[in-house]
Amino acid sequence: MSEALLTFEESLEKFDPAMGLEVHVELNTASKMFCGCPTEFGAEPNTQVCPTCLGLPGAMPVVNRVAVESAMRIGLALNCEIAQWCRFARKNYFYPDMPKNFQTSQYDEPIAFEGWTEVEVEGRTYRVEIERAHMEEDTGKSLHVGGATGRIHGADHSLVDYNRAGIPLIEIVTKPIMGAGEKAPVVARAYVSQLRDLIVALGVSDARMDQGSIRADVNLSLAPKGSGGLGTRTETKNVNSLRSIERAVRHEMQRHAAILDGGGSILQETRHWHEDTGVTTSGREKSDAEDYRYFPEPDLVPVAPSREWVEQLRSELPEPPQERRARLQSEWGFTDLEMRDTVGAGALLLVEQTIAAGSTPQAARKWWLSELARRANDTGVDIAELGVTPTDVAAVQKLVDAGDINDKLARQVFEGLYAGEGTPEEIVAARGLAIVSDDGALGTAVDNAIAANPDVAAKIRDGKVAAAGALIGAVMKEMRGQADAGRVRELILEKLT
Amino acid sequence: MPDTPATITRDEVAHLANLARIDLSDAELDHLAPQLSVILESVAAINEVASADVPPTSHPLPLTNVFRDDVVTPCLTAEEALSGAPESEQQRFSVPRILGEEA
Repeated sequence: MSEALLTFEESLEKFDPAMGLEVHVELNTASKMFCGCPTEFGAEPNTQVCPTCLGLPGAMPVVNRVAVESAMRIGLALNCEIAQWCRFARKNYFYPDMPKNFQTSQYDEPIAFEGWTEVEVEGRTYRVEIERAHMEEDTGKSLHVGGATGRIHGADHSLVDYNRAGIPLIEIVTKPIMGAGEKAPVVARAYVSQLRDLIVALGVSDARMDQGSIRADVNLSLAPKGSGGLGTRTETKNVNSLRSIERAVRHEMQRHAAILDGGGSILQETRHWHEDTGVTTSGREKSDAEDYRYFPEPDLVPVAPSREWVEQLRSELPEPPQERRARLQSEWGFTDLEMRDTVGAGALLLVEQTIAAGSTPQAARKWWLSELARRANDTGVDIAELGVTPTDVAAVQKLVDAGDINDKLARQVFEGLYAGEGTPEEIVAARGLAIVSDDGALGTAVDNAIAANPDVAAKIRDGKVAAAGALIGAVMKEMRGQADAGRVRELILEKLT
Repeated sequence: MPDTPATITRDEVAHLANLARIDLSDAELDHLAPQLSVILESVAAINEVASADVPPTSHPLPLTNVFRDDVVTPCLTAEEALSGAPESEQQRFSVPRILGEEA
């Protein structure tokens, strides 16, 4: 049931896109937002729950101080104002992922508001205005039983695990991002990528999109080209990889354009994102805010951070993204283009960490932007989540530098890393990838190659040293690539000249 | 939060009942809507004394910044957590299918 689309180019000819991004960041506090239950990922179902996060009668929430501090740090890093005084609110809705029948959130008094950040895409800077960053709690996880794929539609009943319910979340909401035009999908991706790096630098979250600790909702609308207005938007929920964010914006631009171009109008609604097919489908009509019947949470007292506290947190902030990029480029000696490609691949932090683990800047860049970027692209997995860590990459390069493996064998080591076969050293040992430096084994292979290619050997004896290439190739083939080509050449010339 | 009007219509009561998943018959709506209006009107009398310079309050005590340290405390076991659940399966709460009216 795919819907009509215009091409991306047709969409841009007729309309201007506006995007809004809502990013949920799950904090890495030890305990939950309003109770002392642990927050570890992957625990057995319903083993990290208590009367408060199960919404049992009489349980009273108490706010986690570190979560408030993390919220303020995120707000400050996004150049937000920090509220002098703010409250939590109940967002009432009936859905079994919140056992209380409401989510404790913030409504018209967010802890942080009116901020901005700057995103760089292909050498151009886009300013993203931040409307607010507010505190709330995560929901439980539902498993839908009876349907074909675990999705909601067609499910017979649902099984709920509340381990995640009550884990602190910060929701960061942008104002409409306009004027990005054809770069809109890439700007959306770059914003979330930069936000992730910032979250890592702040140390407030695991920042793992594949585990759901950063999740994005993508709002998109189109307005007639040049009108400067805002059209009706749709909200695509739970777009959970950087690549999908780019694809979802692109898809919605094409879908809206086809509807509007055909004289139709956009229904303001929630859309579901389908990772496998790259399309969205209709969710539900968006409730009006009033339907949530927000009201101030009577069980929690207001949060009124002192200005001393705020200034203390401000003084401890990591450097802003644009300054960080400039500093790293100068430290690494990257050209503008190299830097742009590194940022564009979402690999800035990875390259930085690889260098910190002992690699040279150029080697770090080489692996992340060739082998690993290609792998990310081929598999549709974010580059940070391939299962290859900066420490692994530095270790691979160290093996290359030591002459234990060459670049070609290094690619096989990466294959082992993708498959989770252990550390690079273990993979080299287990797969038998180390270059053979034993002259005995090499000498035998050289003798075999000479015997098998008497014509070539004769040419070399006559002084045509350039012909050695054919023999080197034969030796490398016999050694399955695990030889140092320079040493092979020396051995051939020793034997024949 | 928007100001609450001092009266409530029958349609508004029906809408709220639907949001709160309370099944009200026509007779109950006819009966309840005027009663709720009377309650709202009574509460609205507060507006006469609470002028713009009196901030609304959501908590009777003048407290702010009541926090707990980020320390893990013991949880319930899964058996305890599920002990009050009408149905459970795979150590999870079993609930009727979701989204029926929303799909």
